[in-house]
Amino acid sequence: MTDYNFAYLDEQTKRMIRRAILKGLAIPGYQVPFASREMPMPYGWGTGGVQVSAAVLTPEDTFKVIDQGADDTTNAVSIRTFFERTAGVETTTTTCDASVIQTRHRIPEEPLSEGQILVYQVPIPEPLRFLEPRESETRKMHSLEEYGLMHVKLYEDISRHGHIATSYAYPVKVEGRYVMDPSPIPKFDNPKLGDMAAIQLFGAGREQRIYALPPYTQVVSLDFEDHPFEASKADHPCGMCGAIDSYLDELIIDDTGGRMFVCSDTDFCEARQLAGHKGKDAA
Amino acid sequence: MTPLLSVQGISKRYGIHIGCADVSFDLYPGEVMGIVGESGSGKSTLLNCLAGHLAPDEGQVIFDTRADGPRDTLTMSEPERRMLGRTDWAFVHQHARDGLRMGVSAGGNVGERLMAVGERHYGNIRNKATDWLGRVEIDAARVDDRPTTFSGGMQQRLQIARNLVTGPRLVFMDEPTGGLDVSVQARLLDLLRGLVRDMGLSAIIVTHDLAVVRLLADRLMVMKSGHVVEAGLTDQVLDDPQHAYSQLLVSSVLQV
Repeated sequence: MTDYNFAYLDEQTKRMIRRAILKGLAIPGYQVPFASREMPMPYGWGTGGVQVSAAVLTPEDTFKVIDQGADDTTNAVSIRTFFERTAGVETTTTTCDASVIQTRHRIPEEPLSEGQILVYQVPIPEPLRFLEPRESETRKMHSLEEYGLMHVKLYEDISRHGHIATSYAYPVKVEGRYVMDPSPIPKFDNPKLGDMAAIQLFGAGREQRIYALPPYTQVVSLDFEDHPFEASKADHPCGMCGAIDSYLDELIIDDTGGRMFVCSDTDFCEARQLAGHKGKDAA
Repeated sequence: MTPLLSVQGISKRYGIHIGCADVSFDLYPGEVMGIVGESGSGKSTLLNCLAGHLAPDEGQVIFDTRADGPRDTLTMSEPERRMLGRTDWAFVHQHARDGLRMGVSAGGNVGERLMAVGERHYGNIRNKATDWLGRVEIDAARVDDRPTTFSGGMQQRLQIARNLVTGPRLVFMDEPTGGLDVSVQARLLDLLRGLVRDMGLSAIIVTHDLAVVRLLADRLMVMKSGHVVEAGLTDQVLDDPQHAYSQLLVSSVLQV
């Protein structure tokens, strides 16, 4: 591999990104600005995640990419191939074999262990953005811990829908200090953010921000005393593997209203099927 | 008796132009102070300096805080000043749109200050919001409507509810009745007078409408070109103006 430096980015850039990552790990939940580079893919496809992955990869790493839980969708396949070609690292689809996992919109069902790194792709890192469009003002709100506005959003949810209808990118408070956007993961995954053994890194390429959760960090989902946080999922078992505790995708399978629910984490579902579990829709 | 707010020698310049110069006064608990003057006389500059929105070039603004007694708000740290701004102080803007979140329901607008000081019980927040909508004569059924669907007068009353919900002790008002038609003005003034008296609020009201200060203010300051030209009890200043400009101001009011 001589056409590119290892993992595409030059060493100075990786060094700059690693500094941002270290700062992010030192101040959990704080958004660290970094000089995001142009990547050979459009914004919104994971340019932030790719840069963070490139900065943490070593030649001995095993790399896994998931997109909405799946290992075989366009985004996952392209990013996996990208690092196969530019870094020559081993890739895998098995969660426990991977040392670096780049993810979009999901946390794997299988608990991660110490030594693993989970890299999130983040479209909009600022949880207050849709309530307060001014960056100068949101920065001030973070520095002064003025987070009343975040609850105004949840209040609006309840007054309009009768319950907190925010179901993804559900805001969390990290170590009692920073309010953080966990990227658009379903709120079903929110409880896994806290106290996780793996390092969690968040990269937003277009918005040029990196933030991080070190292992075993306290992460609390925001809520009201009389409307507590609930990690919701579709109330069905998986059609393929029969799992009742995994996050499910709803698939329309014909044009007469037929549908099935399957695990969104393909690796988890396949492993269960191999182990002999069978759902009602399995062939 | 300690004054609630003691202003000493406030000056603010914009380059060579004077915003306001050497203004001093004391405001006691429960007292309403009116500031009148023509456009450009420095009324709003003064109010913004007092409320911490602008940094004056000279002077002190000493507020009698609940916790530590009298303190100069200009030398306070920013978090402390902002905390005052959402607990003991309230600021009613001339245009309700400046003081409201237009994309958030009326209930959310009223509840925001409660949530900002740590209220985390939805039911309580909603009850308080509904209660306050009632106090400012907005139908409780409209608690989930956005302010964009409200009339100008209702928006202004909503802004007042949103500001008073945390029980502030000092209210700054910048032309609270500006831009409203006269019958709506009269009702709003009535409402304000009731609230100020019931809650024992102190207030500083900037206006160019002498009827507003006649109804609401205990004391009056007349400003011209950044200077206070006359100060005294409202009735005294309005009925027996001494300074040439005050006389002009009083005689300019149309009698119908």
